[in-house]
Amino acid sequence: MGKTLTEKILGRKAGKDVQAGEVVTVSPDYVLSHDNSAAIIKEFLKLGVKKVKAPGKIVIVLDHIVPAADERYAQNHKTIREFVAAQGIPNFFDINAGICHQVLPEQGFALPGKVIVGSDSHTPSYGALGAFAAGIGRTETACTWATDEIWLRVPETMRIDLSGRMRPGVFAKDLSLKLIGDHGAEMANYKAVEFAGPSAHDLGVGARLTLANMSAEMGAKNGYFAPDDKALKWLEGRAREPFAAVSSDPDARFESVLAYDLDALEPQVACPHTVDNVRPVSAVSGRSVNQVLIGTCTNGRLEDLEAAAAILKGRKVHASARVLVLPASWEVYREALKSGALAVLVDAGCVILNSGCGPCLGAHEGLMAAGEVCLSTSNRNFRGRMGHRDSEIYLASPATAAATAVTGKITDPREFS
Amino acid sequence: MTHGIVWKYGDSVNTDVIFPGRYTYQIMTPAEMAQHAMEDLDPGFAAKVKPGDVIVAGKNFGCGSSREQAAACLKAAGVQAVVAKSFARIYFRNAINLGLAVLQSEEAVDALETGDSVDIDLAPGRIRSAKGTFPFLPLPASVLGIIEAGGLIEYTKKKLEQEQE
Repeated sequence: MGKTLTEKILGRKAGKDVQAGEVVTVSPDYVLSHDNSAAIIKEFLKLGVKKVKAPGKIVIVLDHIVPAADERYAQNHKTIREFVAAQGIPNFFDINAGICHQVLPEQGFALPGKVIVGSDSHTPSYGALGAFAAGIGRTETACTWATDEIWLRVPETMRIDLSGRMRPGVFAKDLSLKLIGDHGAEMANYKAVEFAGPSAHDLGVGARLTLANMSAEMGAKNGYFAPDDKALKWLEGRAREPFAAVSSDPDARFESVLAYDLDALEPQVACPHTVDNVRPVSAVSGRSVNQVLIGTCTNGRLEDLEAAAAILKGRKVHASARVLVLPASWEVYREALKSGALAVLVDAGCVILNSGCGPCLGAHEGLMAAGEVCLSTSNRNFRGRMGHRDSEIYLASPATAAATAVTGKITDPREFS
Repeated sequence: MTHGIVWKYGDSVNTDVIFPGRYTYQIMTPAEMAQHAMEDLDPGFAAKVKPGDVIVAGKNFGCGSSREQAAACLKAAGVQAVVAKSFARIYFRNAINLGLAVLQSEEAVDALETGDSVDIDLAPGRIRSAKGTFPFLPLPASVLGIIEAGGLIEYTKKKLEQEQE
């Protein structure tokens, strides 16, 4: 019997043949945390050890509330900076780097065949490049800092076979929402999701990052693409260490297989207050919005900002809406400056925010009052997530967001093509 | 065996309504966290919940973010267990790592309603109420050691001490 990518990676780490259902203890390649490192440090100090076991494996990216919105957040950042210096942690990214889920791929940590655990639910993003990457909690992150090991159950795998080609105005985000809408937010709970089929490798690395990121909203432990030439080329000049890529065997055991034809896909919108409350854009078009958020770890890459700029070029943000733009990283920010996309967005009346999580998780930079509505390219629309509990969030692609910014109402981006 | 009163909720109770994101990056004491438990789903919960009470919910309890306060705030509020049809995976790990019992039983969830009185016996895996006795799936053996030690911090502390000896 063949093995899935996940069985191979975890088996290699565990030093034995493993299959889905087994629990293994492994030493991860990297352990990610962000602003929550302050809380993790507090747990770590309870363990009675002075030093982290493998400082080179710890990656800390300040991204959630950057720059600090008030003195408590400032104290968290200070605590983290002091801990990083005292422990000699080399991989620390301060408030001018970007969102961890974009920074780790760009900085060459997210590599094929690696095991990455992170104290953030969207850690599966790194599967876009063929890593095994899963979210964990704060307490277990603290314990992993101390012991350099963690227990993981080897997940069963769901494969999603993609065929055809997305039409203009349709993007990876629409595919992810369609999948979650069709099968529910726990469609892959505890499972691995492999994006495969003839069209998977037509998708660029940015689209793969969007889908792997959104696999968290399917409940998945990890979501991934088999690393191919496109992924390896993207990693040239980025990979910070050697790696050994693996893929699922042709006779690997998949718990279930779904098939999707990309030709048939339309722009999708997730309606309040769950990510699986999905309708085609035509069913909700005309709904007025107060705010549009373009960016985040789900859709804040250069291609996303350019898709938005293509629609907003020569146009203005509607008088009834405010538009916030969050480039996913400073690398993206610089590229978008060079490409002219940011100038287009600024000329249209968009507010450009520092690369980071911004209002996505409801801590700062553009929260909503009661009764307000936001259309966002982020990954969650839970009640109260972006402000008052009586505000509403719709999720969609950057193109749908830009079209909505122009009209002030949820709008099909194909009207602008 | 412990005794408590049921608070019943639906499917997909997510981490944002259990413990809102606006408080996530403020470091709070357990008592402060308890004051915000379930705030965006049931604003009256935190004031009325009693030690030993039990949350009963549908599918995918704890979906959403990895924030550990979503488990910690319920434990601090005195909740002895969450009984659900299924749990989101990071929530399940976090609850175990903090010593909050997370129990899966479709039958119990279908039968029980808010205000019902229940007795929970973790060892044989049984929920008893006037509406019947419901078994639940025992936790995997590999994680029982963590629960028995009183959570992952205590478990890891002991392990590190043993390594040093």
